[in-house]
Amino acid sequence: MLLEMSHLRKEYPNGKMAVDDFNLEVGRGEFICFIGTSGSGKTTTMRMINRMLHQTSGTIKINGHDIAKMDPVKLRRSIGYVIQNIGLMPHMTIQENIELVPKLLGWSKEKRAQQAHKMIALAQLPDEMLERYPGELSGGQQQRIGVVRALAADQEIILMDEPFGALDPITRESLQDLVKHLQEDLGKTFIFVTHDMDEALSLATRVVIMSQGKQVQVDTPENILRHPANEFVTNLIGEERLIRAQPNILTVSQIMKRHPATIQPEQTLADAIDTMHERRVDTLLVTDQDQKLVGYLDIDDVSRKTDVQTPVKQLMNHEVSYVQAKALIGDSVQRLLKLGVKNIPVVNQEKQLVGIVTRTSLVDIVYDALRGAPATDEQPASPINVDIHAAANHEGSADA
Amino acid sequence: MIHFFTTYGSQLIAKIGQHLYISAIALLLGIIVAVPLGILLTRMKHGANFVITLAGVLQTIPAMALLAIMIPIFGIGSTPAIVALFIYSLLPILRNTYLGMRSVSPAVQDAAKGMGMTWWQAIIQADLPLAAPVIMAGIRLSATYVIAWATLASYIGAGGLGDFIFNGLNLYRSDLILGGSIPVILLALLVDYLLGKVEATVTPRQILR
Repeated sequence: MLLEMSHLRKEYPNGKMAVDDFNLEVGRGEFICFIGTSGSGKTTTMRMINRMLHQTSGTIKINGHDIAKMDPVKLRRSIGYVIQNIGLMPHMTIQENIELVPKLLGWSKEKRAQQAHKMIALAQLPDEMLERYPGELSGGQQQRIGVVRALAADQEIILMDEPFGALDPITRESLQDLVKHLQEDLGKTFIFVTHDMDEALSLATRVVIMSQGKQVQVDTPENILRHPANEFVTNLIGEERLIRAQPNILTVSQIMKRHPATIQPEQTLADAIDTMHERRVDTLLVTDQDQKLVGYLDIDDVSRKTDVQTPVKQLMNHEVSYVQAKALIGDSVQRLLKLGVKNIPVVNQEKQLVGIVTRTSLVDIVYDALRGAPATDEQPASPINVDIHAAANHEGSADA
Repeated sequence: MIHFFTTYGSQLIAKIGQHLYISAIALLLGIIVAVPLGILLTRMKHGANFVITLAGVLQTIPAMALLAIMIPIFGIGSTPAIVALFIYSLLPILRNTYLGMRSVSPAVQDAAKGMGMTWWQAIIQADLPLAAPVIMAGIRLSATYVIAWATLASYIGAGGLGDFIFNGLNLYRSDLILGGSIPVILLALLVDYLLGKVEATVTPRQILR
């Protein structure tokens, strides 16, 4: 394990417990987000990793070495550090800022300059900017420098304390892309403190939810959305986000209709029309004797033929699109929309037909989700949801 | 005017030399003591107010009285004058150093420490350059004070341009009074101008937003 934190506790002299029994193991290349309300101890925990704060008890190990036994100055030089207020040295050029830690480590001038050029490219900023001073750059550009400065000495672990909190949403998003790229492509390990749930869910490989110094839930974003540990987590995530996340956590098998109307290829057109009439459908799915999906028969294909004794296999369409039962709804919705079809068959791994998803089943999920949401949700998180909410509330009142 | 220069020219040069010598030593001592002390005060939890108040109290002692106090301790001559002027130079430098160091943004200090600067490196590489303009402003103020008050040092036998002024007062000779005062004023302005140049050099080239 790259980073092990065990039984960390931080108690202030006034008796306030800032962090209480914090345990976490972080592997190389992970992106850990600490999230919680203010005063939850997330920043305190992060600052103990580079010994900006000292724990009352408990141990932190990096690559198996107890950091309490290391020289704090050397430790800090080996860990990247990015803070919300950027913290670039205003009296130093961008180049001097980037070279700061390498210089402290005694790198040669040439090696430092080389690194500075490499880092500014990584930050996707023009090389000429090295000559400039931080005050001449926009806030977003400054924080880009702040981020790459934290990597300039090949630090493996990078600590970030609400680094994008003060930036506008568009700039924030582009910086999130930058750090995600650094984690995924360079294999850096991030400990990222934030209070923005969208940020945490989109960046993290694992999210640590904290409240009053305690870990409430530690899991992947998907699992947290699927199974929020308690009401606190649900509230922190927010109903809106849970609803929006549903297409990405529910599987097709959970919403499909079972026992769709089927027919065998050997049966005749007469049988097909009888089945359609009986089941009140305009399409039949064609399956072989192993229940495998082989095609479909549409009413349009039928009406043009007069001979009712024609076997189905001569009329059916072999080109049939389908979804796997284990697939997420989000994906199948996209397929439905792209293909413009009214319904889509569901198969298992052996391509056996197990059910069907229709456009009405999709309406059901949206409807259930919205009806399950609080009745007086006055400020939906995104403007897109305003209309859906208005519609849902309208329907709700019509029912009552 | 020409008559004054032909009569007192060489004497004037010597007095200006003495005046500068006393002022410069006093100011230098002031910087050596007050700048580190000011830095130290920002790193202490308590005591800063006490020390700055104490320096303020020293400042309120009338110049003549302070010079008189120096005589029993250091006798007469340039030494007591230098000590007295040194005490006067302390407050502006001390206070500006303290305020300058305090004005450095906590984000910069946090970043400096968090990136792995030692206590000393953080002061030299981060705080001091950023506080330099404010500290220099204090030094300029002290320099002007010290040059003006060095005039009084003549009273306890330290020499300097004060000699002309006191002689002029005793002899009712306005040419001597002016011959002493005007060089003091010019000297103060010149030193302030030169230190202003120094201030511009030490001020980090940064564009403030």
